[in-house]
Amino acid sequence: MARATMTSTPAASKGAVTLLIATRKGAFTLRSDASRRTWKLSAPMFLGHIVHHMVLDPRDRRTMLMAVSTGHLGPTIYRSTDGGKTWKESSTPPAFRKVPEGESGRTVNHVFWLTPCHANEPDSWYAGTSPQGLFRSDNGGVTWAAFSYINEDPQYLEWMGTVQDGTPDGPKLHSIIVDPRNPKHLYFAMSGGGVHESVDGGKTFLPLIKGLEVVEGFDPATVTFHDPHCVQLCPSNPDRLYQQNHCGIYRLDRPSNQWVRIGKHMPKAIGDIGFPIVVHPRNADVAWVFPMDGSTVWPRVSLGGKPAAYVTRNAGNTWSRLDKGFPKADAWWTVKRQAMTRDAHDPVGLYLGTTSGEIWASRTEGQSWVCIARHLPEIYSVEAAMLAR
Amino acid sequence: MRIHIPSALRAYTKQQSEVEVEGSTLGEVLSELDVRYPGFRFRIVTEQDRIRPHIRIFVNDEQAQELLTPLNGEARMYIVCALSGG
Repeated sequence: MARATMTSTPAASKGAVTLLIATRKGAFTLRSDASRRTWKLSAPMFLGHIVHHMVLDPRDRRTMLMAVSTGHLGPTIYRSTDGGKTWKESSTPPAFRKVPEGESGRTVNHVFWLTPCHANEPDSWYAGTSPQGLFRSDNGGVTWAAFSYINEDPQYLEWMGTVQDGTPDGPKLHSIIVDPRNPKHLYFAMSGGGVHESVDGGKTFLPLIKGLEVVEGFDPATVTFHDPHCVQLCPSNPDRLYQQNHCGIYRLDRPSNQWVRIGKHMPKAIGDIGFPIVVHPRNADVAWVFPMDGSTVWPRVSLGGKPAAYVTRNAGNTWSRLDKGFPKADAWWTVKRQAMTRDAHDPVGLYLGTTSGEIWASRTEGQSWVCIARHLPEIYSVEAAMLAR
Repeated sequence: MRIHIPSALRAYTKQQSEVEVEGSTLGEVLSELDVRYPGFRFRIVTEQDRIRPHIRIFVNDEQAQELLTPLNGEARMYIVCALSGG
């Protein structure tokens, strides 16, 4: 695979940050002052709607897409071109191919993941759905069509498994990643179904699962059994990826295809199970995770009721606990895979949202945390955005 | 035929709780509704032409489960959001 030269390290951002918060009962924004010390919560948008992901287009910093469904109604995508003031529904939301009468066809339950395409492809977006499907829009989210062949491919359908093989809220295609050096170099992940890579703009994809573990007793050579929870590419070194998997924390340095379980260096009492992973915008050796209890029936809450993030500053060789400001006990948090993020300031701001409706922020790269919103509905995702003025 | 629109779908009908649409089958009526209110149909019918799991459609008190269900022009249709959520 041809690789261009290393991208230059992105410059630190400055100014007010807007958190885009998607919840089970609608969307909210939290807007900071320039120092990120005070935050103002918006009124709910689409109150009562199930919002899985809300994302700002970094190419114009005005367009936003929101993946929406309700308890009754089918999935759709709303689009704003004025920074979230007004919204208009997609005229053709992501949908699988209609099969002939008598055959069994798939139905999109909800749109789970939104990713802007490459910087050189303005108005183009990718979407990942539940059950697993990959879609693309080339008109800013107005209309969507299947992208690549995977939605219909017998091999991929086998790897996707059935609804029973997926997460409790439905199997998902997520972590759609575009190499900033090359719009044809793509990754995506499926829960379940593993991590996949294309170097030809989606004409072909191949599994990227070597080194990843699966649940005890299953064969790691079987793609279906792999459950990546969140994959992130380092902006300062696009040849490095980090992954929080159902079975641990991993790093991959390309061109190697061998994931390395860096979570083995986490404290034994904490383990390396969780949903989100966050990478530093300018230092590819730095990543943060939010470990949760993966024992017995997989409680997936803060271990011992004591919330803590962990950071590595040496690519996973060692990890440090970051819990200053968090409750010291009796806090049984779950943080979903899209609900921990960062801005690009210096120092980096970290943000996480809990399923119990709290947003916690750190202006110090995790050294200390403060609660900036509470009493929100169940939080599905948090994105840190720099809106155009 | 007169069609009762549930509150969850009135954003499409400019908050009208009833609309008048013609069609000889349920599918034709829903297609006409989608022409008049773009996006309406996909929220209640899947891409496989199945009525979504938490949507019920009644025609003169009889539940219609297929888009080919024939309609009498005098009929009255209710689109209902079945109990769900929480």
